[in-house]
Amino acid sequence: MSVAVYIAVMALVTYLIRVVPMTCLRRPIRSRFLRSFLYYIPYAVLSAMTIPAIFYSTGSLLTACAGTAVALVLAFFDLPLIVVALAASLAAYLMHFLV
Amino acid sequence: MRTGPFLREGVCLRFDIRGKICYNRLSLYRRDVSIDLRSAFFKGTAHGIPIALGYFSVSFGFGILAVRAGLSVGEAAAISVTNLTSAGQAAGVDVIASGGTLLEMALVQLTINLRYALMGLSLTQKLDDSFTLPHRFLASYGITDEIFAVCSAQKDKLTPPYMYGMILIATLGWVLGTVLGAAAGRLLPESISDAMGIVLYGMFLAIIIPPSRKSRSVLFAVAAAALLSILMRYVFTAVSGGFAIILCAVIAAAAAAWLFPVKEEGAA
Repeated sequence: MSVAVYIAVMALVTYLIRVVPMTCLRRPIRSRFLRSFLYYIPYAVLSAMTIPAIFYSTGSLLTACAGTAVALVLAFFDLPLIVVALAASLAAYLMHFLV
Repeated sequence: MRTGPFLREGVCLRFDIRGKICYNRLSLYRRDVSIDLRSAFFKGTAHGIPIALGYFSVSFGFGILAVRAGLSVGEAAAISVTNLTSAGQAAGVDVIASGGTLLEMALVQLTINLRYALMGLSLTQKLDDSFTLPHRFLASYGITDEIFAVCSAQKDKLTPPYMYGMILIATLGWVLGTVLGAAAGRLLPESISDAMGIVLYGMFLAIIIPPSRKSRSVLFAVAAAALLSILMRYVFTAVSGGFAIILCAVIAAAAAAWLFPVKEEGAA
């Protein structure tokens, strides 16, 4: 299948998700369950996407573990997203030379 | 202003006599408004600079990821221009690389980006009256975690030029980073491009860990999703990557919502 078709579907679905509530719904959702569900969804999605995929992200389990460990510690201390992301990458890079 | 106070007085007089807005008053206001619009745009741009810098480095990682998955630089850039979302794009590239179906692609995007619907809902409460329907259609394009966060933190109502300024600079950073990452991904030594592969995941950890530390219910959702994801990866291997993420996230979020319903209105 053409990559362009995939991209078109991606773009359309993503835009619809953004545009429908902005243009159609003017009041907040009442259902407490639905509100809670929508509140937890981003965390659950990111978690499922990250684990275990992060361990395969660098082509070597050891460098990935080093990066993950650094990211976990820095994230735990609430450092900015970019700092955590780049430090994880740096740790994986440095580990590459130790292996 | 060149017109000075005289016109203002005249306009006020006419306004008082007629009891409704007359043409002169409108034209005077248009001049004021155009100045306001410009400054609002630049204010949005200024507020968007840190977002753009952050996006640049993260999308650099996405560019590398996309090229490693077999996409061209142009395709990676096209994805970034049309989607403007990190997690959704990374998952989308997975679906493309594994040759998944279009239905899978649509459902993956729906699940991962569903949070934008909630953010859009929340933003509608903060929109200025000047946010007419066409403006809503345009500004919707730029609802991301970071833009939503900065916009929500504003005390004033949100105007279209303010949001456009922010969205424009953020998109610029996002697309530029993607192109450079995708282009350099091939030029860089393998050790560096390998290490860059973890950038996006590192950012995801930075998003989910701090709230997990503060809230046990978020920790529950995060841990449940991670456990399910590991289970899908090593035990129920028949489920393809995209659907696995959907299943894990929906089950974990539904369980968390059932066990720990959120209290505050719009607690996102």
